[in-house]
Amino acid sequence: MMNEAELHAYVDDCLPQARRGDVEAYLAEHPEDAARVQAYRDQSELLRAAFAPLLDEPVPEHLRRLSEQSGAVVTPDRSARHAESLRSPRWTWLALAAGVLVAMLGGVAGWLGHAHFQNAYRVAQAVPLPRQAAVAHAVFSPDVRRPVEVTAEQEEQLVKWLSKRLGTPVAPPKLGSLGYELVGGRLLPGNAGPVAQFMYQDGAGQRLTLYVTTENARNRDTAFRFAREGEVNVFYWIDGKFGYALSGTIGKPELARVATAVYEVLENRP
Amino acid sequence: MDAAALQETMPRLRRYARALVGERAAADDLVQDTLERAWQRRAQWRPGSDLRAWLFSIMHNIRVDQIRRHGVPTQTLDDAAILPTRATQSDGLEMNDLSNALAQLPEDQRAVLLLVALEEMRYEEVASALGIPVGTVMSRLSRGRERLRQILEGRSPARLRVVR
Repeated sequence: MMNEAELHAYVDDCLPQARRGDVEAYLAEHPEDAARVQAYRDQSELLRAAFAPLLDEPVPEHLRRLSEQSGAVVTPDRSARHAESLRSPRWTWLALAAGVLVAMLGGVAGWLGHAHFQNAYRVAQAVPLPRQAAVAHAVFSPDVRRPVEVTAEQEEQLVKWLSKRLGTPVAPPKLGSLGYELVGGRLLPGNAGPVAQFMYQDGAGQRLTLYVTTENARNRDTAFRFAREGEVNVFYWIDGKFGYALSGTIGKPELARVATAVYEVLENRP
Repeated sequence: MDAAALQETMPRLRRYARALVGERAAADDLVQDTLERAWQRRAQWRPGSDLRAWLFSIMHNIRVDQIRRHGVPTQTLDDAAILPTRATQSDGLEMNDLSNALAQLPEDQRAVLLLVALEEMRYEEVASALGIPVGTVMSRLSRGRERLRQILEGRSPARLRVVR
């Protein structure tokens, strides 16, 4: 029996590295606890997404004045500038996570999780590719603490791990020439099997995610398609068994430019 | 107090207050009371220490006073009081549903859960903000998470074991 406190520390990513493996091994053997752990992680994501818009709301005038007054003793000249920065759109992109989640939670609960725990979490119905990708984008791209499971510093390990889990070689295309650097990747459950999500970020912190599925055995190839899910723009296409979706909140033309580049890189791979 | 740090903490205080008490006006009142008390006690704040932790602990103390004075509507731990938050799978979970689900948690569990999951505080920081031992943080976190899970899954929890 695993110590309950350790399971929570695992959920909150504050378990010492040395114990993570033990907990993961335990969870692999105990699907009920694995489902519980996943549900707790989902709760945290949900809470952060649902309440994120509050961070973006302008602070009511009376509270703002009060906080300025409280802080003014030490640094009067800085308060005005900071009051201004609070109203800047620093948090607006967080808000969209809530919007998308609210609209689609029914579909989310089943697949919003790690594929390690798939046995415990089955998906009842197929969610269309662009929607899966958009929700995964909305949920994980605002995450400050742990947007990815494996970071770009360990790209080789990331590629190996995801390829193994997806049962076919997958690798993130390099988008540095377009101004987007790889942040890392994570594994998610798709409709029937694991899917990979790669995250990119530009110099301003704008994030894009590339969602890769390998469960399209019966689908024909498609040309580029565009979908809009809430605030998230998605370009997606199917190539053999692979389905790709590039999601972001940047404008359609800019996203199209990146999507075209991704498409070309992937197309020209041996 | 450092004005910049305070300004940065404000949105977080408001978010936490809103998630804790549910209602917007009551939440902003709680933030206001917190700021006022922080102002009165500004001499107690040690420069260089964690302003956020200090403000959250002030907010917690005010909340405890409020509950002591006026009482707060609480849900009894009786299964009948717990309604499924979703009638059918196809209904989306709205923010209201999440607020309702949170409201069904006992306040002490809700506070711990929100500080950990929403505020992303370390367990020791939560313990210090709430003035309770880390062991108590863990047991409240564990019960709060499990209860919320059952509420969100639309079923009432099994009879709670009383663990003290």
